[in-house]
Amino acid sequence: MIRSEILKEIAPILRPHLVVCNIGLPSQEMHMIDDQPTNFYMLGTMGLASSIGLGVALAQDKTVISIDGDGSVLTNLGTLPTIANNVADNFILMIIDNGSYGSTGDQPTYAGKKTNLTDVARACGCENVVEVQDKDTGAALEAAIASKKMTILVVKCDSGNVKVPVITKDPVVIRDRFMNAIAS
Amino acid sequence: MSISTQIVDDMVANGINFVTTVPCKQLGGVIDEVEARPEIYHIPSNKEDEGMGLCAGAFMGGKRPCIIMQNTAIGVTINTLVTLTQFYRMPLPMLISYRGELLEPVACQVEMAVHTKALLAQLNIPTYHFHHQDDAKELDAILKYTFMCNKPVAILTDATFWGGY
Ligand SMILES: [Mg+2]
Repeated sequence: MIRSEILKEIAPILRPHLVVCNIGLPSQEMHMIDDQPTNFYMLGTMGLASSIGLGVALAQDKTVISIDGDGSVLTNLGTLPTIANNVADNFILMIIDNGSYGSTGDQPTYAGKKTNLTDVARACGCENVVEVQDKDTGAALEAAIASKKMTILVVKCDSGNVKVPVITKDPVVIRDRFMNAIAS
Repeated sequence: MSISTQIVDDMVANGINFVTTVPCKQLGGVIDEVEARPEIYHIPSNKEDEGMGLCAGAFMGGKRPCIIMQNTAIGVTINTLVTLTQFYRMPLPMLISYRGELLEPVACQVEMAVHTKALLAQLNIPTYHFHHQDDAKELDAILKYTFMCNKPVAILTDATFWGGY
């Protein structure tokens, strides 16, 4: 499976929760598949989906799921020790690991070569690190939400993209409706 | 009362309750004070752009954030400041150690100091410079201003302000 197929399958599971979507195709795909006020779309700033998600989770009680990528986690690798040492049990970091920089044309990442992000997350001190294959994502995500334990979910899948339109919503509108959804 | 205590008192009085820090010798007293306050969640970050991501999330989750860092971080965070903090219109007070100013012993720090105000001006970031201890009296007003206008705001604190190295 490729990322957009996984997102389509888990959209009903994500819907009631706060979701921070990574820059580029992950945001555009979520926006196309199931736009919700509880979704925060990153329009720029590669690498910070996990940091933004952790910030939201530490600030309030609702469940927060950051949809990140292997390339973006590599960009901001310092995020994993910060997550490990600031446990928010309402936070799930889902790393869609397709071994490539999808949004820029599927150039290979080191995560698709010798670097194992599951092992990296564990070495950084993250306690609940679960690696799953694409088809098992839904069940693993439901289990992580139900566990009420901070979880790093590494989803191994194929690289590849579908054609999606860019997001033209104003960033302040995205931010405002996300904040209203959090406060409601 | 120490200047560090006074600064953190002003933060707490303005409802700041989520502070990320990157270590700094000059700001060490402020960082200790932040860590000691029960009103503040203190989350050290490994890099300043990561810290700004944490602050953006915390703000959207209902907290009032602040970042404490050195001026070298301006070089690290320009993309984050413009595409996240400014593009989404979020408030972020940045308490900055202004290395490379008078009394600086390390030449390399001057190389970033000479660009600091020019970069902040280019980014349209409101900038305040604390040189004498009396200047810190404006901090309360600066914090109110930051959360009024939803912008990143820089507070540069130099070595003279901190009483030398
Ligand atoms: Mg990828």
